[in-house]
Amino acid sequence: MRTTLTGNHAQSLAAKLARVQVVSAYPITPQTTIVEQIAEFVASGEMPAEFLEVESEHSALQACISAAAVGARTYTATSSQGLLLMHELLHWASGLRMPIVMGVVNRAVAPPWSIYADHTDAVAQRDTGWIQYYCESNQEVLDTVLQAYRLAEDPRVLLPAMVCEDAFFLSHTFEPVDVPSQEEVDAFLPPLTLPYALDPDRPARLGSYMPPDSYMEHRRNVAQGMEAAAEAIGDVERAFFERFGRDHGGPLPLFACKDADAVLVTSGTAASTARAVVRAMRADGLKVGLAKLRVFRPWPVEALRELAQRVPRIAVLDRSFTFGFGGAVFQEVRNAVQSPKGGPLVRGYVAGLGGRDLVPETIRGILEDVLAHDEPDVSWVGIKEASAWPA
Amino acid sequence: MTVRPLWADVPSSVQPTGTWRTFRPVIDLSKCTKCNVCWKFCPDVAIHFDGEGFPVIEYDFCKGCGICEVECAPRAITMEKEGP
Amino acid sequence: MARLTIPERELMTSGHLGCPGCGATLAMRYVLKALGPRIMLTVPACCWAVMSGAFPRTCVGVPFLDCAFEATGASIQGLRAGLDARGMKDVTVVGFAGDGGTADIGLQSLSGALERGVDAIYVMYDNEAYMNTGVQRSGATPWGAWTTTTPVGREKGQEKKDMMRIVAAHDVPYAATASIAFPEDFVKKVEKVRDIHGPRFFHVLAPCPPGWKYPPEETVRLGRLAVDARIFPLYEIDHGRYRITRKAGRRTVREYVEKQGRFAHLTEEQVAEIQRRVDARWAKLESLEKTTAEVPA
Repeated sequence: MRTTLTGNHAQSLAAKLARVQVVSAYPITPQTTIVEQIAEFVASGEMPAEFLEVESEHSALQACISAAAVGARTYTATSSQGLLLMHELLHWASGLRMPIVMGVVNRAVAPPWSIYADHTDAVAQRDTGWIQYYCESNQEVLDTVLQAYRLAEDPRVLLPAMVCEDAFFLSHTFEPVDVPSQEEVDAFLPPLTLPYALDPDRPARLGSYMPPDSYMEHRRNVAQGMEAAAEAIGDVERAFFERFGRDHGGPLPLFACKDADAVLVTSGTAASTARAVVRAMRADGLKVGLAKLRVFRPWPVEALRELAQRVPRIAVLDRSFTFGFGGAVFQEVRNAVQSPKGGPLVRGYVAGLGGRDLVPETIRGILEDVLAHDEPDVSWVGIKEASAWPA
Repeated sequence: MTVRPLWADVPSSVQPTGTWRTFRPVIDLSKCTKCNVCWKFCPDVAIHFDGEGFPVIEYDFCKGCGICEVECAPRAITMEKEGP
Repeated sequence: MARLTIPERELMTSGHLGCPGCGATLAMRYVLKALGPRIMLTVPACCWAVMSGAFPRTCVGVPFLDCAFEATGASIQGLRAGLDARGMKDVTVVGFAGDGGTADIGLQSLSGALERGVDAIYVMYDNEAYMNTGVQRSGATPWGAWTTTTPVGREKGQEKKDMMRIVAAHDVPYAATASIAFPEDFVKKVEKVRDIHGPRFFHVLAPCPPGWKYPPEETVRLGRLAVDARIFPLYEIDHGRYRITRKAGRRTVREYVEKQGRFAHLTEEQVAEIQRRVDARWAKLESLEKTTAEVPA
C-alpha cells in the first residue's frame, strides 16, 4: 500500500507491523508522535502490545530491558536529552544482549534548549554497543526498523539497535512510503525466540557480578556480537530486497564515486541534499561523489577501505560534535582509511548543528573546499562572526 | 563467536563459607526441645533437620554468627572457639 | 518436633556472601518461603547484588534480573509486561531493593510504578544506610545515627524518611512493615497478598552488624527490640485501613540504642528526644488505626 507518512509515523507503523509486544517510552519533542500513534494503535486494538507509560526515559529503557529479558519483542523511542538520560541503560541493554529496537529522532543537546536536527545525541552513544542506522527518507525509516529487528535478533548478534531520523526534516515531514502488508512482514520477521529468556522453570541470574579474571572476556564477547552484526547486516539487506524489492545500499551506499576526485561522507537528510549537489557539480564537470554513512555502528571499515583505494579526497560532514580533533565520523573515517602506504586526504567539517539548515550551497562549499586543499584539517562551516550573534 | 550471555545458574553452594568462622555452634541434643527456632533464624540456611527432627549444623557453610546460640531458649547451643 | 511456623521449603542456598548475621539475607529467605518458585526477582545495586558471589553463581532458586540502581520500579513494570506478553500470567514479579535504591535514588521510578498501579510485589529491605558501598547515610538512616558520611560531630540530622507514608500516598492496595525477627508476621502478610493484583509494598527492617556496629549474634534480638520499643512498628495499610500487627511498648529506645555502636555517641538528651519522637509516632499510628477502621475498601 502506498501512502504518505511522516518519519515518526513510519516508525510507529513499522513497530506495529513488527508485532512488537511491549512498548515503553517517555515523550520528548520531536519523538512524541511516534508514541502517540502507538498509543492509538493499542487503544483501538489493532496493535496487541503492552504499552507502558513511564515517568522518564531512564525508566522507559529499563522497562524494555526487563520485558526483553523474559523474551518479549520491545520498542522505544526518544531524542536528545532523553537519549542522554538513557545512557547508563544503553550499556545495560547491550551487555545483557537484549535485541531492543529504538527510534531516535536526532535532536540537539542542551544547553541551550534546541529541538532541531543534530546528531550529537546518538553519536555520543557510539560507545554503548548499540547498532546505529541513520536514515535519509521515511521509506528508509520504515524499512530499517523492520531490518533492525531481524539484525538485532539474529542469534549471532543479539544486540540492540537504534534507527535514527533527523528532527523535523523527517519526523514531521510527509513523504510517500510503500507500506508492506502484515503477511509480507511476518514472512520476513518471525516471532522472537530469545535463547536466554528468564523462566521459573530454569531459574538463573541475568546480570551478575564479575571480578577482574572474567570481565574482559564478557566484553570481548559483546564486541564479537557487533562484529557478527557487520557480517549479518548484508544477509538482512539481501533478504529484505528479495521480499520487498527495496535496497537501501548497505552500510555505505555510494553515488557517483567510481571516478570521483572527491567524495563526501555524511549521514541523514544531508545525504539527500548532497546527492542533488553531486549531480549539479557533475553537470559542471566536477568529479565528485557521495558515500552515505547509513550504518555508523558497526563501523563499516571494509567498505571505507575499499572506497579509499579509489578516491584521493574525502570530505566528512559531521552533524555532531564530540570535542575531539574534528567530528566523530571524521575521526573514524580517517582511522579506517589511513594505511602505511598513505591513503586519501581526509578533511573534516562540522556543520548543521542545532538544526542549522544544510543548504546545497553549504554542501557544495564543502566539496569545493576538499578539492582545493591538500592538508588534512577540520573546520566548522558557516559560523557567524561574534558580532552577528544575538545581543 | 557464540553469544555468551550473563546467565548464572550455578548454585552458590559450591562456595563453602564455613571457612569464615572463628566460632562454631555446638548443639547439646539432651537440652534441645526441637522448637525449630535455630533453623528459622539462620541467615545461611546452614541448619537442617535429621531424621528425628533434631537440628544439624552444616559446618561447610555455617559462618559462626551466633544467632542460633542467642535465640535458643533452652540454651542448648554453645559457640565454641574454632581451631586449637 | 514442633510444627514449623513458616514454610519449610528453602529457595535460598547456602554459600552466599552475606556477612555473618546479615539481616538482609533473612529478609530474602522469608520472602522466598512465602512466595514459592513461580516468581521473578529484580534487584538493583545493593548488598543483594553481590550476595550470590561472582558469575556464574546464584544463591536463589528463582529467576533474578539485575537492574540499574535507580530503576527497580521500572524493572518490575517491564517484567510484568513481558510476562503478560509471553502468556506467563501466573508468575509473580518481585522487586527487592535496599533503602538507598528505594527511598533515595530509586524513589522516582518506584513512585511512577506505584502511581501506575504496577502489578507486582516490592520489598524494601532496610538496613538504614548505603551498606553495600560502606555505610554511607541514606534517607532511611535514623536521626542521630553515625554513618561514614554523618560521622560523630555531624551525625544524621534529619528524621528517617517515612516510606510507608510515601507509598500510602499512592493509594496502593497494600503496604506493610515487617521485621526479620518476626518471620511469621512477615510470611503471613506476604502470603495474604500474593494473589491479589496491584502494587504491594513491604518495608522490612534488616539489621546490619557492620553498619550498625553490633556483634552478629544480636541481629534477631535487635530486630525484635526495634519493634517492641515502638521504633519500628509492625503494621499494615490494607486498602487504606491501618492495622498494627504487633502491640508494642515493653522496651525502650535506650535499650535499643545502647546495643549499637552507631548510637554510642548519643547524649541523654538525644536519647530522650528519640523516645519522645517514637512515642509521638506511635500515638499517631494508633490514631490512624482508629480513624481508618471504617474506611471502605
